Amino acid sequence: MERLVFLLSTGLARGAVLALFALSLVIVYRAARAVNFAQAAMAVVPVYVALAVTSAGGSFWLGLAVALAVGALLGAVVERGLLRLVPQETPLPGIIVAVGLVMVLQAGLAMVFGPDHRPVHAPFSQRPFDVGGVSVLSPYDLFVLVVAAVVMGGLALLFSRTSLGLRLRAAAFAPETSRLLGVRVPRMVTLGWMLSSATAALAALLLVPTGLGLDPHAADVLFVNAFAAAVVGGLDSPVGALVAGLAVGVLVTLVTGYASAAAAPLAVLVLLTAVLLVRPHGLFATREARTA
Amino acid sequence: MRSTTSRATPRGRTGAAAVLGLTAATALSACSTPAAADVPGVTDDTVVIGTHQPLTGPAAAGFASISAATAAYFEYVNDRGGINGRQIEYVVKDDGYNPATTQTVVRELVQQEEVFAIVNGLGTPTHSGVLDYLDQNGVPDLFVASGSLTWDQPEEYPNTFGFNADYVTEGAALAQYALDTDPDAVVCVLGQDDDFGEGILQGVELVADEVAVNETYSTADQDVTAQLGAMKEAGCTHNVLGTINGFTALAVGTAAQMGWFPAWHVSSSGADHPTLVEYLGEDGAPALEGLVSVNYLPHSPSSDWYELFTRINDEYNDGAPYTGNTTYGMSVGYQFAEALAAAGQDPTRESIVAALESGELRGNGVAPLTYSADDHFAYRTVRVAVVSDGVQDFVDAAYEVSESGATAVTPQETPLENEGVPAG
Amino acid sequence: MSTATTSPATSPAAIPATRLLLRAGLLTLLALGGTFLLDPYRNYQLATAAGIFAAVAGLTLLVGLTGQLSLGHAVLMAAGGYGYALTATRVADALAGSGAADGVAGLLLPLLAGVVGALVASGALGVLLGLAAARLRGPYLAGLTLALVIALPSVAGTVPALAGAQGVSAPFVPVPDALAALIAVEQWHAWLAILLTSCAVTPLVALRSGRAGLRMRAVHDDETAARLAGIDPGRVKAGAFVASALAAGLGGAVLAVVTQQVSPGAYGLGFSLLLVVAAVVGGLGSLGGAAVGAVLVTLLPWLVDQATGALPADLGHRLQGNLEIAPFGVVVIVVMVLRPGGLARLVRGRSRNTSLSTNTER
Repeated sequence: MERLVFLLSTGLARGAVLALFALSLVIVYRAARAVNFAQAAMAVVPVYVALAVTSAGGSFWLGLAVALAVGALLGAVVERGLLRLVPQETPLPGIIVAVGLVMVLQAGLAMVFGPDHRPVHAPFSQRPFDVGGVSVLSPYDLFVLVVAAVVMGGLALLFSRTSLGLRLRAAAFAPETSRLLGVRVPRMVTLGWMLSSATAALAALLLVPTGLGLDPHAADVLFVNAFAAAVVGGLDSPVGALVAGLAVGVLVTLVTGYASAAAAPLAVLVLLTAVLLVRPHGLFATREARTA
Repeated sequence: MRSTTSRATPRGRTGAAAVLGLTAATALSACSTPAAADVPGVTDDTVVIGTHQPLTGPAAAGFASISAATAAYFEYVNDRGGINGRQIEYVVKDDGYNPATTQTVVRELVQQEEVFAIVNGLGTPTHSGVLDYLDQNGVPDLFVASGSLTWDQPEEYPNTFGFNADYVTEGAALAQYALDTDPDAVVCVLGQDDDFGEGILQGVELVADEVAVNETYSTADQDVTAQLGAMKEAGCTHNVLGTINGFTALAVGTAAQMGWFPAWHVSSSGADHPTLVEYLGEDGAPALEGLVSVNYLPHSPSSDWYELFTRINDEYNDGAPYTGNTTYGMSVGYQFAEALAAAGQDPTRESIVAALESGELRGNGVAPLTYSADDHFAYRTVRVAVVSDGVQDFVDAAYEVSESGATAVTPQETPLENEGVPAG
Repeated sequence: MSTATTSPATSPAAIPATRLLLRAGLLTLLALGGTFLLDPYRNYQLATAAGIFAAVAGLTLLVGLTGQLSLGHAVLMAAGGYGYALTATRVADALAGSGAADGVAGLLLPLLAGVVGALVASGALGVLLGLAAARLRGPYLAGLTLALVIALPSVAGTVPALAGAQGVSAPFVPVPDALAALIAVEQWHAWLAILLTSCAVTPLVALRSGRAGLRMRAVHDDETAARLAGIDPGRVKAGAFVASALAAGLGGAVLAVVTQQVSPGAYGLGFSLLLVVAAVVGGLGSLGGAAVGAVLVTLLPWLVDQATGALPADLGHRLQGNLEIAPFGVVVIVVMVLRPGGLARLVRGRSRNTSLSTNTER
């Protein structure tokens, strides 16, 4: 029982970062009807910049702000500079371009910074609290959960309560009608990409202190797990991203704890396959499931 | 999209592409097989050897510095006249720890670069794939950089020689030391989910009556909290780790965060103190106090070899940080130089293999080399090192491991002679 | 699905079977003859390029003709490789006891059995994926195949027969005695590679130019219209997936023959993405382009190696491995931007549709 509580709390902490990254995928899907397969590589670049800032003497918070800014900028650059150049009617050209972008970014980072892991230290203690003899969440874990909740709440408010959010959603769902009604659709799409990219950068920055450190491939597995979470929750549902992200985090930790570390990617694959076959639009989808 | 009404086009394009490809291939081919030198890779004044190492990719972080250290040692030797008047040329090829790439680069080394021998090929899954190829082509496969038992098969692979103390030896020694220091020790194992972890576990089981918990980790997953939780719950007092540096740091760091400070007994592949300190940072480094590890090479500041290697590192390796990889890489270099010197004035592939099997080579480790006609392993004795007051150094305990278990022995380090350059 | 054996009257685009086989035979003979001009290392490279060509051919057809993007085709190759290695080893072991071990039978039986094993394994996986793919749209399929290739080491570690990271070894196919004086091992393996690849690609050519190809393009253009014409889109898409999976499986078998080893490290994410790169660079849907892409992917590391050889060791090493990947990424982006190629037609078709319908949802 103790073991279960420990694993559950560890899973929740890990799931919070997953949820945040899954949310970034949901944002770009809602804004541009696209799954950004380059999200992992695009999220890691701002973290390298943040690390450079903190190494030069800045605080973690300054690095965080820089990461968000660089992430947003990168999102805008990729959307305007690259994706506008390929046909958008079908998803395939965009995905292939994303694959190429991943190669360029990761190879570039490795050439400039080398393959070594660069340790990044957390701003809060990572020592778990002891509740009745069981280790549960650490201050850092709580920080991550709070950040995830705040960002999610903020974005939910943005999308549902503000006129900007309404315009963002309109631009994605019905671009031509919105254009007629005066919505600056291209600008909304760019804004969506910027929000998505900044959120992904935040997730990557929160992830890195818990592992070996920063390297060009730090967010690869995160992307696959977050994609699975986003699909399970529904690609257009932020609430789905949150719930599914936490669920996938717990799943991975439980599988690692009770089965083996090697079995975790397999478990995620099985979950993803099952959801895609049974309810392709996700568990929290707002639209009816359609067959191909 | 090409039209489907014309029959000729699809095939025509394929044909054109094929012809183009063939022309390109022909242009790329070496004109004709050059007249083979009597001994590949050996001339009157040079010996060319090759290796495959992970210089890029996810595995590079832990191993990329080894080949640089070996190359620096060879430069040092070359500056002092080489071995038997020959300069050693060390060709390093990157395989990114991808077994398919290893196949390609090793063939390139043997067929295009025509190396005399492959030295210190790194990685178990990567090197296993080229064993047959090297054997078929009679290429000496020396000092494989892995602790797997695969390299000690004199009947199947007469030209393949290991270098690392194997994982079973290390696991047995680590567990024996735990039991010797604390007879009530509850021994647990955390190992990598491949032959590395399996070997360490096998070694521990050779010596300990019971392994309370055996956990594994995967390099793809940088979170070992679940595994450590299980070990803490089981009441482990001594954890034997079959981990690489990054994961040793993760294990020690995560346990410290959980407020758990068991004894850590770590394999030489993951116990490099400076590297661990870098991972854990200033705050985490104190958790490394008392860390036990084993090594078969003279990686101790009080050793003459260490002092020599530090000088070589400063002069020939651009003052790169001195870590366990530096001692390792230069020891491999010394090993090859010693073997080459013993191979005679006119070395051949047969003569260098014979020199190794003669059993007369001593190496520079904590005990003399155990190479013989039946034994293609270098080290079956390892010495214990402990981190005390932030310094990792040998203590007075060493073990020789055989099928019957780990026996305590006295370390016999080979003294440094001739400034580390083997005489011909 | 029909092959090119349908009469020309019903499918004017179909190449008659005899002509197809003749051309295939000719190209194969040309390739076999070409191996005499190459040194052993180049023959080895040719053999690996052939294996990659088989997989890329299937992939380019899949993406170009039916618009299904698979980012995990390396796993299908791995399935073929494992199928080959496990079957061939079993058969070779079974023969080792008997007297048939020497001689042509002992040589060919494990090989043929292995090829069958490769086809069964990759075909089975292809059917599973195809059934899923038929129901999924672009990003979902891409994401699923991505998760699949990330999970391959996990699968290899969990299924005992696959022996984890260590991988499975495939039996070495020696040069038959009759030819031993004539050709070396590398050339012999190149011959095997070329023959197997020919068997993989020729059916694809037939498929593409026959009725099946028409159906695929019809489904890709407009599923509703295709359905009205009596074509089942799900079956066509799944069938295309299976065809490409079989080709990839044979490619994996080729690599297993040539390297005698199958391990998850050789079929990772990077390699899988390189297959996509090879398909894109050659032009999606073009089989000749697949050959070009495969050769490029095989040769570029060597070229970069030569180029960085002149640099100081440390810098050269850091650049080397990554310098191969970055240009591929750039090329893919450039090709997609300038010449979406096979997708261009689809784009034109789609935009016609959306302007007519009032529902602008995508």
